[in-house]
Amino acid sequence: MGAVILMPALSPTMTEGKLARWLKKEGDAVKSGDVIAEIETDKATMEVEAVDEGTITRIVVPEGTEGVQVNSPIAELDGGAGGAAAQTMHGITNKNPRENEKMIAETGTAQRTEVHAPATAKAPAAPAEKDWGPTASITVREALRDAMAAEMRADKDVFLIGEEVAQYQGAYKISQGLLDEFGPKRVMDMPITEHGFTGMAVGAAFTGLKPIVEFMTFNFSMQAIDQIINSAAKTLYMSGGQLGCQIVFRGPNGAASRVAAQHSQCYASWYAHCPGLKVVAPWSAADAKGLLRAAIRDPNPVIVLENEIMYGHSFECPTDPDFILPIGKAKVERAGTDVTIVAFSIMVGLAMQAAEKLAEQGISAEVINLRSLRPLDTETIANSVRKTNRLVTVEEGWPYAGIGAEVAMQIMETCFDHLDAPPVRVHGLDIPMPYAANLEKLALPRLEQVVDAAKSVTYK
Amino acid sequence: MAQAAETSPKRRGKAKEPSIGREDLLKAYRDMLLIRRFEEKAGQLYGMGLIGGFCHLYIGQEAVVVGMQMCLKPGDQVITSYRDHGHMLATGMEARGVMAELTGRIGGYSKGKGGSMHMFSREKGFYGGHGIVGAQVSLGAGLAFANWYREDGRVAVAYFGEGASNQGQVYESLNLSALFKLPCIFIIENNKYGMGTSVERASASRDLSQNGAAWGIPGEQVNGMDVIAVREAGERAVAHCRAGKGPYLLEMKTYRYRGHSMSDPAKYRTREEVQKMRETSDCIETARKMLVDQFAVTEAELKVIDDEVKAIVQDSADFAQQSPEPPESELWTDVLVEAR
Repeated sequence: MGAVILMPALSPTMTEGKLARWLKKEGDAVKSGDVIAEIETDKATMEVEAVDEGTITRIVVPEGTEGVQVNSPIAELDGGAGGAAAQTMHGITNKNPRENEKMIAETGTAQRTEVHAPATAKAPAAPAEKDWGPTASITVREALRDAMAAEMRADKDVFLIGEEVAQYQGAYKISQGLLDEFGPKRVMDMPITEHGFTGMAVGAAFTGLKPIVEFMTFNFSMQAIDQIINSAAKTLYMSGGQLGCQIVFRGPNGAASRVAAQHSQCYASWYAHCPGLKVVAPWSAADAKGLLRAAIRDPNPVIVLENEIMYGHSFECPTDPDFILPIGKAKVERAGTDVTIVAFSIMVGLAMQAAEKLAEQGISAEVINLRSLRPLDTETIANSVRKTNRLVTVEEGWPYAGIGAEVAMQIMETCFDHLDAPPVRVHGLDIPMPYAANLEKLALPRLEQVVDAAKSVTYK
Repeated sequence: MAQAAETSPKRRGKAKEPSIGREDLLKAYRDMLLIRRFEEKAGQLYGMGLIGGFCHLYIGQEAVVVGMQMCLKPGDQVITSYRDHGHMLATGMEARGVMAELTGRIGGYSKGKGGSMHMFSREKGFYGGHGIVGAQVSLGAGLAFANWYREDGRVAVAYFGEGASNQGQVYESLNLSALFKLPCIFIIENNKYGMGTSVERASASRDLSQNGAAWGIPGEQVNGMDVIAVREAGERAVAHCRAGKGPYLLEMKTYRYRGHSMSDPAKYRTREEVQKMRETSDCIETARKMLVDQFAVTEAELKVIDDEVKAIVQDSADFAQQSPEPPESELWTDVLVEAR
């Protein structure tokens, strides 16, 4: 006997269909590609093409038959000249894999829960903050520039592209002096075409180059977000680990000042949502320098969310030429015992001010600078909450599905029993950013809100 | 410098000396046949439920990728969309690994985690396999950017359909490539239909080879059903890129015999149209006829090739069913590269 022609599936969800019409009859010779029959489903009519060569010896299912099960024999074919035709069907295992899928679908919930995530929030169990020795005061702007310069000196595969990064010296002067030192090939001005140049940078990174892509602001990264998520973040997984993407996307994020809704948005939760990315948000100059250097060296795509208002602020920063910070490790900026205030980026400053105010009122606040949003250092936050039993989160972004929501939930999951009060979020209002000075001020977290939140969870 | 090209294999008169030798044409025939038979088998396995999700077959378009690949050297890069099985086989990737990826098994190129649309091979210069229409064009410009950055003389080939040619990022990539003189060959595989929408209903341009004209990118229309015409055009494009003159654009006029994907009823075109293309313009039949008529290749010689191809495909199908599904531990690997 020769080969058996089976009822094909037209889609993954099709289980049966109608055999509408036979275009060949018993005794007809067929060759690969010949249309032999038409089948119908509720959605479509399709032609069935022969895969094997031979002569149709028997039509098993007459035309007009409804409800023909996928994979049931519809005709038989003799081996034809090749003889290989017969083998094609013999090699097929008789078990319908769709049945298997169905089985999995039915019992899947239980099965899936057995497969535990290796804690997406898993952060390296890094030792306590290393003492890097002497410091000097520099601005966040200088720290970012110095970080890029140091890494570019060390590795010729690192280069910077973006709008106005070269001849203009950076829209916010972050890349000042880099063109002079590294030349036009490694510090490249891009046309205003975020989608295109982001894709181009990701493609270059697939070959092993290490691009730094500056977005003039992260608002414009939305033009390119498909390339960031679908190409940069997912390709390693989709390739079974073959093709990684060492790339940094950086630029100012969040509200600046009086630039209205399209230019004042926090992308922290957007990017932190996505597996395959790392996301950091520096506050101080040391954060900026240490985290950006780590981001450039990291073999994964890293989003560096800077803040325009912070660029001109000065901080003490280690002068050690090897200074670097680990991604995935939060910093306790101020120790305290009564309440844990978790913040990132510019909001760390607000949290620090609030801690001062609270201290005046006899409340000891511990301030945690997240530094890294993905992976999140849940351990450091949880250790703090186990001590203070109270949690306040502060962020500029919208509350819905925000970073504060995530931090609160992680604390619920890890140390719910240690909480003496429900966590409270301080956040930007759930509205597009208004332009008017008074309204903008009201739309962003304010000092008194943080103080009040801390007092409410400490019942004071 | 657009050339009028009918999708007919008869463009070259008999008197003209073929630009291809016997061995090269035999290899092209073999490579095209491998893709054809592989895709037929993939269609069959899909019909049996062994391949899931999307499955976009390349049947009909084989001459494009085979002709182009003959112009490339090791180290050159290829990137394409989701209709990618032909490209992978043409670059020399193993049929086994491709078929096993289609069935979602550990023996697949992506360990079963990518599927039909997402396979890669650094070794063979194949950079995917991308599911977002048009995204591979910017990525392809990035491969060319890397060649330009490293000054290594390599060229990148970015394939996309005429449907993708309307995407904004495609034009952004054409501009970037022309601006920086990147060694990138853009190939529009114009198979006339972006899913179910004919090119006439999707593009105001009637000559897609001129889509880069605004940036001074030379373009040609090519009979994509003729592997020799493809190779000739490909050689011009590669020479242009290797000479540091920047990108080049080829519009390959081709045709897919099958639907857009497996679940496409193909109501947007007539059976007669498909049949006519198969009968008058089929790239494999054309090559076969030429081998017999002009190079005196015997049926016995062709049978050896047919049998070899059949055996490879059958072996790949067997492997793709015997290779186990990925273990559950694979769920959590390859999300991030662990820090070095």
